Amino acid sequence: MSAHDNSAPVAQPTSFAFTPENLKKAQAHIAKYPPGRQASAVLPLLDLAQRQHDNWLPRAAMDAVADMLGMPRIRVYEVATFYTMFNLKPVGKHFFQICTTTPCWLRGSDEVVAACKKKLGVGIGETTADGQFTLKEVECLGACVNAPIIQVNDDFYEDLDGVSTEALIDALKRGGKPPVGSVKKRQTSAPAGGPTTLKDLSFAGGKR
Amino acid sequence: MLADKDRIFTNLYGQFDWHLDGAQGARKRGDWDGTKDLVAKGRDWIANEVKASGLRGRGGAGFPTGLKWSFMPKQTDRPSYLIVNADESEPGTCKDRDIIRHDPQKLIEGCLLAGVGMGAHHCYIYIRGEFYNEAQVLQAAIDEAYAAGLVGKNACGSGFDFEIKLHRGAGAYICGEETGLLESLEGKKGQPRLKPPFPAAVGLYGCPSTVNNVETIAVVPTILRRGGSWFAGIGRPKNEGTKVYCISGHVEQPCNVEEAMSIPLKELIEKHAGGVRGGWDNLLAVIPGGSSVPVIPKSICDTVLMDFDALRDVKSGLGTAAVIVMDKSTDIVKAIARLSQFYKHESCGQCTPCREGTGWMWRVMERMVQGKAEPREIDMLLDVSLEVEGHTICALGDAAAWPVQGLIRHFRPELERRMHEYRAHATRAAAE
Repeated sequence: MSAHDNSAPVAQPTSFAFTPENLKKAQAHIAKYPPGRQASAVLPLLDLAQRQHDNWLPRAAMDAVADMLGMPRIRVYEVATFYTMFNLKPVGKHFFQICTTTPCWLRGSDEVVAACKKKLGVGIGETTADGQFTLKEVECLGACVNAPIIQVNDDFYEDLDGVSTEALIDALKRGGKPPVGSVKKRQTSAPAGGPTTLKDLSFAGGKR
Repeated sequence: MLADKDRIFTNLYGQFDWHLDGAQGARKRGDWDGTKDLVAKGRDWIANEVKASGLRGRGGAGFPTGLKWSFMPKQTDRPSYLIVNADESEPGTCKDRDIIRHDPQKLIEGCLLAGVGMGAHHCYIYIRGEFYNEAQVLQAAIDEAYAAGLVGKNACGSGFDFEIKLHRGAGAYICGEETGLLESLEGKKGQPRLKPPFPAAVGLYGCPSTVNNVETIAVVPTILRRGGSWFAGIGRPKNEGTKVYCISGHVEQPCNVEEAMSIPLKELIEKHAGGVRGGWDNLLAVIPGGSSVPVIPKSICDTVLMDFDALRDVKSGLGTAAVIVMDKSTDIVKAIARLSQFYKHESCGQCTPCREGTGWMWRVMERMVQGKAEPREIDMLLDVSLEVEGHTICALGDAAAWPVQGLIRHFRPELERRMHEYRAHATRAAAE
């Protein structure tokens, strides 16, 4: 459950407007829902606004979305504070969401958290002084057979341990983008030694 | 072991192309084969075939799918909706993710056929927000299906109009609860609704709606093509079909795998996941169906079958078939305490027993991890969990109570041992 945030308020921009390109995207989202039901687009629009605004959602953006959808502003604030993916404060360029729920914890998420803290010199909920990295602990990301996992912005890095976590941070610091998915290079969710099933599928004859 | 020819998800690991067309694309693997004819057989035939297959919902509750569809009104002046629940967030569970990113056409074809089977011309797929890349694949797959005329107006040339749209969530476990999902889809906080009325009568925008899990919908095309009796021939009576299992935790090779229902748990782990780390005798306990179901100790794991009824009989559940394995090195109290923290974090705050109870249970569990509690508090914790269970609008209260109850049922001596140890340590420290 979301709890009240007692930390000092951040400086808010006074206004927000969608770029013409994002405005078009926003209108496409609104068109997905029946007439009069445009409030359904509130999550996609807040997400769009956050993407446009360095991955955090200022009050002005919530107001802009509320006005666009004809919703009372308080309803949009409620939504923005209820869902965990909306960042109500600035975050680093590389936003680390480290899963520590039981399946990841069993596979060593403590080690992953420790590696992040050591390498970056910040704690959970903090951002590095250069504004590059933010650490956050999150609940189950839904890739449990590839645990432990860190979600960096939109991408999952899987099958991590302390060493590969440090290597991931190094690569991001150098400005690279390491390949998304299993850092052990296994085939998605198949057993590491190779699949035990789906071995004799022949497509030569087309349909099964 | 299930034969490869009976596996539905032939691209579970993404070995092949997920695109509609292509040398090893979805159509080449058999998707959209004769869909027009299946649609032409009509609503009753499809619903009956799904009933005959014995398919039970794959999202956790295991409600018979064909029966659920039959609750949708036959005649209504309002639109009817099919809502696909792709908000996969149950700890341990990651099967729908693979279906979405590797076999999206199975899901889309399933939506159309399920839509016919329940009389719904509109479909929303609600995918959890964290699955951004998966949502990109699914949207592209939907676009391909539209471009090929498979969905949309006159889908597959059948005369049936079917609109399908993707909606991304934004991070809330509770939106996997069907009415919480509907609230979220309407642009509100995902706080579950009181039932009745059930969604089949009053669902999305007050219209008749059915919410089904991704896997449930994605198996429908293959069931209809091969016949309900084929699907019903796999597994045990009332627990028929194939199932995608997610095996995580202390196994040699964690993986997803599609297997028959009712496969023995031990066989599942040893055949596909390389066995328990350190051998079967190093097993401590398993959570067999995602975080919400009670843990079972090794003595039960030795023989139990992986299906709805067998696991219910040992006071656990199949849930989402997410098998979380814990070997003897595990701090079992901490493992369950971490789940209590999860439920405290995910409680929507609407019902008092859950809002207050999840936090209370977590705090007591944290003390029990250290042993900093009195033995009588174990029964008090059990009592409180029973006050949460069944006293809330949705099942999150139950889901928070069950892991704690399972721990107490099977590991009470371990809880007491820690308390004695803590007390002995404290007494020694005071004497020194």
